[in-house]
Amino acid sequence: MIELLSTVVDGIIYSSWLFIVAVGLTLIYGVMKILNIAHGSLYALGAYMAASLAGYWLAHGYPPLGSYGMLALSAVLVGLVMGPLIERGLLRFMYGKDEVVLLLATYSVFLILEDAIKLIWGVDSLSIAEPYGMLGSVDFAGLTYPVYSVLLLAISAVVGVALAWVLQRTRQGKLLIAVIHDSEMSAVMGIRVPRFYLVTFTVGAMLAAVGGAFTAPMVSVVPGMGVEVIVLAFAVAVIGGLGSLKGAALGALMVGLVRSAAVHFLPQVELFSIYLVMVLVLLFRPKGLFSSAEARKI
Amino acid sequence: MMQKRSGSGRILFVAFATVLIAVGFTLSAHAADQKPIKIGIVSFLSGPPAGPFGVPARNGAEILAEALNEGGKVPGYGTKGLGGAPIEVVYIDEAGGTTKQVTEYRNLVQRQDVDLVIGYISSGDTLAIAPVAEGLKKLTVFFDSGTPRIFEDASYKYVFRTGSHSTMDSVGAALYVTEMKPNIKKYAGINQNYAWGQDSWSDFEAAMKILAPKAKAVTSQMTKLMSGQFGAEISVLLSSGAEVIHSSFWGGDTESFVLQAAPRGLFKKSTVVLTCGEHIMYRLGNQIPDGTVLGGKGTVGIFAPNTELNRWFQKAYTARYDVPPTYPSYRMVQAVLGVKAAYEKAMAANKGMTPTQDQVIASFEHLSFDTPSGIVEMGLGKGHQAVTGISYGTTKVVKGKLTITNIKTYPKEKVNPPEGVLSKDWIESGFKRTK
Repeated sequence: MIELLSTVVDGIIYSSWLFIVAVGLTLIYGVMKILNIAHGSLYALGAYMAASLAGYWLAHGYPPLGSYGMLALSAVLVGLVMGPLIERGLLRFMYGKDEVVLLLATYSVFLILEDAIKLIWGVDSLSIAEPYGMLGSVDFAGLTYPVYSVLLLAISAVVGVALAWVLQRTRQGKLLIAVIHDSEMSAVMGIRVPRFYLVTFTVGAMLAAVGGAFTAPMVSVVPGMGVEVIVLAFAVAVIGGLGSLKGAALGALMVGLVRSAAVHFLPQVELFSIYLVMVLVLLFRPKGLFSSAEARKI
Repeated sequence: MMQKRSGSGRILFVAFATVLIAVGFTLSAHAADQKPIKIGIVSFLSGPPAGPFGVPARNGAEILAEALNEGGKVPGYGTKGLGGAPIEVVYIDEAGGTTKQVTEYRNLVQRQDVDLVIGYISSGDTLAIAPVAEGLKKLTVFFDSGTPRIFEDASYKYVFRTGSHSTMDSVGAALYVTEMKPNIKKYAGINQNYAWGQDSWSDFEAAMKILAPKAKAVTSQMTKLMSGQFGAEISVLLSSGAEVIHSSFWGGDTESFVLQAAPRGLFKKSTVVLTCGEHIMYRLGNQIPDGTVLGGKGTVGIFAPNTELNRWFQKAYTARYDVPPTYPSYRMVQAVLGVKAAYEKAMAANKGMTPTQDQVIASFEHLSFDTPSGIVEMGLGKGHQAVTGISYGTTKVVKGKLTITNIKTYPKEKVNPPEGVLSKDWIESGFKRTK
């Protein structure tokens, strides 16, 4: 029973992290139909920026709790700088072209950013472990868990609820839904579609950076860390249905729980577990769990 | 009108001209001898292994090549370069996978025309490069990579490896923990799910079955390479009741594992053995909890003998890069010094003339040579595979600084199989020295 409980707890903690790193990817695809491969680099940039800013903060003896503010600030900075830079500087010239062209464009951005990270921070790892342990730990199901995991859970809940609220309860959100359904018609009706694209890409970039910034205290920040994340985020987004917020949440939960169960009960299949979920879902729902029906265009 | 030279003047002129011509010939012959020896150095310069392994190894090569070219700087190796010929180095990035590496290797040999290649950290790369090197008939020295398969599954003329293989790490770790905990009942593992992690765990488990037959492996966690997230695995290890946890993690995975497991109390509950942990000790410092067992794939770094050669290397490296050298640097230096020793031995046998590649290879086989990590002996793989001893120690933070205590060094005979015996068979035989 305790083993089962810890399996669920581990699964939920991992799911919350997965949701944070995948939600930006699914948001950008949902609105702009761009599979943003550069998402992995934006995640890595968030982590590097967080390690630098929070490291600077702590090294100068400022109040340790402020380091959490530095993590958040890092994500905001990366989003505000890189989002508009990529969307206005590159992607807007390719709207209307085939989705593959946009995918390749974001892949090129990914490669450029990976090298930029090496140029700026070098190839040595960075670590900023203090925020991970600073909040202490709690005992649950006979095991010790860091309170930081609860913080991650809270962040994923806040991100999910905030996005759902903006999309469904605000005027801007409803206009965005109109853009998602038909951008040309929305433009004819007077909606400033380019502005929505800019904001969406910036928010998506910021969410990728949030994932990286709040992962930084748990891991060694190393070159190439974004590669692994883009694969995971893509798997979660595909399972849930590309572009679906609910799908990303459920996809993350399914992957998290299945992976945790594999680690606890059948460790030899852990490597395969995420892809097993993906195969099973796509076998029965080829467009993911929450893909919306598409009108046939004549 | 020209004046006719006198007899004695003519003799002096002829003598002077003869001397000039002779000196000219000597100088040109000497210059020909000084043709640089071009070495291709292959190491990870990008990607996750660059920081912990690739760049320290490259730095080790750089500092040693420069010192050798200056001459008289490296204790015990007074001759300049290789037998007087300067060393010219070409650096190549090992990132990109085996297919790319085979192409890069061919470029080095066929286009850049290097005299020899020293390199390769990844076991996959070494397994792919070895037959290509044999086909191209180019002297190639592997400085790292763990897999014992290179010389246990095949035989090569042109390929050497100057670092011990991974069996030594696992057997050394098993010896250390069974001496530390003679009544151990449960142990577990967390390793990366590819050849390196699987082989390391397999050898460790096999050695534990011999050294502590009553102990039981309670779980073996195999994680995706560079996954960075070990929450569930740490829960399993915490609830497993294992007294010892074996891990051959390297690079970012090691650091992430320590950062995530320490606050959850895993290092207090179990003795964690990091077989490659030496290379993270300067990065994480006192974040590595007390009581962690660290190894470094040999007698390197903090475990290295207090010799003049090691003191020189430590000092020169630290002065240049502001951090002490770790095992990848030591292993690279072993390779370069191995080549130098073999080259100069062949040169001496060739009466001081530039040796041929075949003469260098003949000298390299079964060679013993001095390095900052002690004497390296090419004792396996028909003289192509090095054997060394290995050290392990336990961490203790003293006045905020990480130190290593309870250091034990196992001689090469105790942690390596004898010639002609497969590592797996040797362990399962109970470490017998005879066939």
